Amino acid sequence: MTPILLIPLLPLVGFLIVGIFWPFFKGKGHYIALPLVTISWAVATVEFFKSFTEAPSISFVYDWIRSGHLDIGISLQYDHLAAIMLFMVTTVAMLVHFYTVGYMHGDSGYDRFFAYISLFTFSMIMLVLSDNLVEMFIFWEAVGLCSYLLIVHWYERRPSWLAANKAFIMNRIGDFGFLLGIFLTYAVFGSVRFAEIFPAISSHLHQTVNIASAFNGNVNVPVLDLIALLLFLGAVGKSAQIPLHPWLPDAMEGPTPISALIHAATMVTAGVFMIARMNPLYNAAPMALHVVAWTGAITAIVAATIALTQPDIKKIIAYSTMSQLGYMVMICGLGGYGAGIFHLLTHGAFKALLFLGAGSVIHSLSGEQDVFRMGGLRKYIGLTFVTMLIGSLALSGIPPFAGYYSKDLILVTAYQHGPLGQMLWLIGVLTAVLTAFYSFRLLFLVFGGKERFHSEHNGHAVHPHESPLTMTVPLILLSIAAVVAGWAGEHYGVLEYLAQELPLPKETIAPGELSENSLKGLSVAVGVLGIAVAWAFYGRPSTIPATLAKSLPFFYRLSLYKWYFDEFYDLVFVRSSFLIGRLFWQELDKGVIDGVVNGVAEFFRSSGSNLRRYQTGQLQNYAMVMAIGVFGLVAFYLVFNRL
Amino acid sequence: MVPLSWYVTLSALMFVTGLVGVLIRRNIVVVLLCIEIMLNAVNINFVAFSDYLHLIDGQIFVFFVITVAAAEVAIGLGIIISLFRLKESVNMDDYNLLKL
Repeated sequence: MTPILLIPLLPLVGFLIVGIFWPFFKGKGHYIALPLVTISWAVATVEFFKSFTEAPSISFVYDWIRSGHLDIGISLQYDHLAAIMLFMVTTVAMLVHFYTVGYMHGDSGYDRFFAYISLFTFSMIMLVLSDNLVEMFIFWEAVGLCSYLLIVHWYERRPSWLAANKAFIMNRIGDFGFLLGIFLTYAVFGSVRFAEIFPAISSHLHQTVNIASAFNGNVNVPVLDLIALLLFLGAVGKSAQIPLHPWLPDAMEGPTPISALIHAATMVTAGVFMIARMNPLYNAAPMALHVVAWTGAITAIVAATIALTQPDIKKIIAYSTMSQLGYMVMICGLGGYGAGIFHLLTHGAFKALLFLGAGSVIHSLSGEQDVFRMGGLRKYIGLTFVTMLIGSLALSGIPPFAGYYSKDLILVTAYQHGPLGQMLWLIGVLTAVLTAFYSFRLLFLVFGGKERFHSEHNGHAVHPHESPLTMTVPLILLSIAAVVAGWAGEHYGVLEYLAQELPLPKETIAPGELSENSLKGLSVAVGVLGIAVAWAFYGRPSTIPATLAKSLPFFYRLSLYKWYFDEFYDLVFVRSSFLIGRLFWQELDKGVIDGVVNGVAEFFRSSGSNLRRYQTGQLQNYAMVMAIGVFGLVAFYLVFNRL
Repeated sequence: MVPLSWYVTLSALMFVTGLVGVLIRRNIVVVLLCIEIMLNAVNINFVAFSDYLHLIDGQIFVFFVITVAAAEVAIGLGIIISLFRLKESVNMDDYNLLKL
């Protein structure tokens, strides 16, 4: 048995023990879950450092389906991509487990919560370790299930289960595409294992498939592009890309540790991870890559504009997550998979930090989430302020914090890609200004200025107080990560490390264009610009935001109401579903189906009530009928001489 | 020598008399008597053809029929008494137990 098996197994054991015996733990669920996930983290760390020297391995666990040519096993594919992802996933998972002890203290569902996050950790680890598409899909669904179960943690609250349902349904749409992609992969390659698909790609380069054959049409598309797009649809759902994004901000109804672990650092990045994992396929699908790149870029800028005006502290960070995911997807679409994964890793650190910091703020204000009812918290919760400041600086791409290295790498890679890349680079730079602006808007509103919080929230008196050690220690550890992750990544050559699975993009820089150093200087400059604007707007008493909102009502409302995506979906899909449902209910079900059923019943009832008159109970009547029948038959025989 | 057709005619007349009695008479005892008439009509037929065809089988059948008729009368009268106790009537119209 390889030690790698321990990494997923320990959280699974934790889930089984806490999950099955949860009524007996009574708020002590972390006694089991926390040590197990910590050991899992330790193993992952040791294996990560060993992976520098050791060859990648695929360890077979067991056969799951073997039928004809279909051979689906559960295996653990441990290579550099998986190693570094596992390191990040287990680190964040462990810190979030730790944080949860303080954050969820006294919650009625405390032990259930630990069971589910252990299950999530297990599923995410298995997703990363998958060696075939079906295995990946199973755990892809499993993390989605855990996400659902954890969003709906406070299931008595209507917004919670509405948000959970929304997340589940929107992800189903994407997963449908993912599933179709797997089917098509199997149909084309005859296998779902990465190791068998990738070498076979070159022999299917010019193969096309008629997607309109069911309608007798003739629309031929390259089969690799189609597979890549279908799989990407899954990533759109999971990584909250436009148009399947509205579930992510709503998912903030769940407890904050979940927002940090699932909806910032790990699960939502599964889509990016999948694209990176399937990079030989995407590289052979130029059309799909264009779609990927544009989807990512549009998501990045749209989400950033929405984040500008949101009042809810967690939603601001959620839209920021969406925007950063857009960056990662965009750069994958330009072939810079390594840069995407690098940003995924640093983003995992500083975004988990920001969410946990937001959780600490919310905790200190007894559940208040509106940034306009905060303010002046710096002197009450200084430690949270410092850690969130580090997180925001990292997010804004200010050196030497993590975001600077990874985000700059994305922008430089995009710029060097060529004309398309430069167009997307421009979007990326614009997004970077907005990112710095909304990050520091949040910071100034929450920690600076006058104290605007009310003396009570939901019946709890508000006394801003620093969070317990279990919450601040993960914050400190994550802020260290947010400082060093980017530098370490660049210094130790994360791209070269990942190049084992993720080939470096071709540099197509033309002479006369901006050099790498000036590009880096530019992105720092836009970050600083964003921060300066945020200071001018919110860092001091100012009427600029209100004036701006009044003078540009259209844009203000567009941002505040999230580009009306929810309203649009409500109008087009929800209302029309209700309309169709009502039509089927009132007309088809009540009219046609009930009509047929009741009609049949009525026929038998009325014919029965007519026929019952012939049942007199008088034996002589029956005998009379019988005699007439016999005479009739005999007469017939006598007249026609046959029966 | 009486020709066969006379016997057959007699038998048919008796059978029809019995049948009509069974079908239209209301008194259950009379109905039972009419059934006996029908059975005897059949007996006459059997005996007549037995003699005509010089086969003894018909006469053996007659013994069977008489035996069955005797048994039937015994059981039938028992049923009638039991019915009378139940309904206090020998009128067939009061016997509607077959109706649910």
